[in-house]
Amino acid sequence: MNQTKQRFDDSLSESGLFPLTATGITVFQINVGRVCNQTCRHCHVDAGPHRTESMTREIAELCVRTLEQNSIPVVDITGGAPELNPNFRWLVEQSRALDRTVINRSNLTALLIPSQAGLAEFMAAHHVEIVASFPYYLAARTDAQRGAGVFSKSIEALRMLNTLGYGVEGTDLRLNFVYNPAGAFLPPAQHAIEADFRRELRQRFGIVFNSVYTMVNMPIGRFYEFLVRSSNYDRYMDRLARSFNAAAAARVMCRYTLSVGWDGRLFDCDFNQMLDLSVNHGVPAHIRDFAAEELETRRIVTDMHCYGCTAGAGSSCRGASVA
Amino acid sequence: MSLPHKLEVPVRGYYNEDDLPRFAEMGQHAPELWKKFSEWYGAVFAEGALSEREKCLIALAVAHAVQCPYCIDAYTQGCLEKGSNLEQMTEAVHIASAIRGGASLVHGLQMRNATARVSM
Repeated sequence: MNQTKQRFDDSLSESGLFPLTATGITVFQINVGRVCNQTCRHCHVDAGPHRTESMTREIAELCVRTLEQNSIPVVDITGGAPELNPNFRWLVEQSRALDRTVINRSNLTALLIPSQAGLAEFMAAHHVEIVASFPYYLAARTDAQRGAGVFSKSIEALRMLNTLGYGVEGTDLRLNFVYNPAGAFLPPAQHAIEADFRRELRQRFGIVFNSVYTMVNMPIGRFYEFLVRSSNYDRYMDRLARSFNAAAAARVMCRYTLSVGWDGRLFDCDFNQMLDLSVNHGVPAHIRDFAAEELETRRIVTDMHCYGCTAGAGSSCRGASVA
Repeated sequence: MSLPHKLEVPVRGYYNEDDLPRFAEMGQHAPELWKKFSEWYGAVFAEGALSEREKCLIALAVAHAVQCPYCIDAYTQGCLEKGSNLEQMTEAVHIASAIRGGASLVHGLQMRNATARVSM
C-alpha cells in the first residue's frame, strides 16, 4: 500500500466513510473500448486510433441481458469514442427498448466521420442524452488539449445537434458538456463556467446547450504522464488531498455506478478500469457472473487517484457532486 | 528561553517557492494575530458584491503591482481555478502595469512644479 492510498483511506476514516461501500447501482456504465479518432492530451483512457480494444457482440449481449434482469435506470456508454464500436447502435436500441435512460459520452468529432453518417439523427430518434467533451469555448485552448482542428469540427457537430433539437429549450434532447481544466489545477465553480459557456457560445456561434459538467483531471493515464513530465505531480496531489471534501466523498459516483470494461470485467469506476483495479473484496468481477445483491453493497477499491473525485466541489461523470 | 515551535532551517536565498505552503507558520508565534488575519482574509475573498473570480483577478493585478512572487503564484493558480483564461489574466496584469506606469508619469507634474518654483 503506498503512502498516498493510506492518506486517502485516512481521509475517509476521519469522515466516517471508511471502508467506502456502494449504496446501490443506478448507473450501468459501459466502456465499449479504447478506439478513438482523437488522441487528447488529458485522456485517462489513453485512447486513440492506434488502440484495438473493443467490446464484442458477445459481451454487449451479456450487458443487455444484465439490464433485462435488473432495473438499473441509467445506461452510460463511454469509450474511446463509443460510436466507433460496431455494437454501439445495437446497445442503444436494446437499452432504449428496455426504457432505460441512455447517455452517450461523445467527443463530437466522431459524429462527422463519413462512416458514421446518420448517427446524430439516430441518437435524436432514440432520445440519447449526449455528454460531450468540449473543454472550452475558445479554439486555442480546446485544440491544445484535444488536437489541432478539433474545436472547429466540434462547433460543426454542435450546430448539427442544435438543428436536430439537442440542447434547445422545449425539447427533451439533452446536450451537456464536460469541462476539464487545461492543466494541473482544479476546475472552477460549475455554475460560473456554465454561465461563461452559455454567453460565449451563444454570442460567438449561436450554439445552445443544457449544462456544463466540471470534472477534475485524474492523475492517471496521459494526464499522469504530463504531471510527472512537468514536475507537477507532487504539488497537484497535495492540492487534491488538501481539498478533500467529506460531503463530496459521501457522494462519489462509484457508490451508485458499476463500470463494465470492453472485455466484460467489472470495475467501481472508469478510472479504476484504466488502472486495471477490478471490483474486489470477493464480489463477482465479470459481467457473466453479475449478482446484484453482492455488487450493490460492495466495498469500493480505492487508491490515490480517488482524491480527484473528492476534491473541492467533487467530481463525477455528472460534474460537481456538491454545490 | 525555549521557543514554542522549532523554526525551520531555511534554504538560503530569497523567494523560495517551497515557502509558500509554509505561510501558516507565521501563526506560530502570534497565533491570535494569525487567526484574525486568516478570518479577515477569508472573508475578503468570499463571494460578495464582487464574484470570487473578479476578486482573484484584482488580487492577481495587485500581486504584480506589489511584485510579490508568492502572491503571483497563488493568484495565477486561483484565477485558473476560478475559470479565468490567459487573455483575462494578461489584461489584469496590464491594468496593474498601467497604474504603475501612470503613477510614475503623473509624478512628472511634481517635477514640473518643482522646476517652475526654481525657474526664472
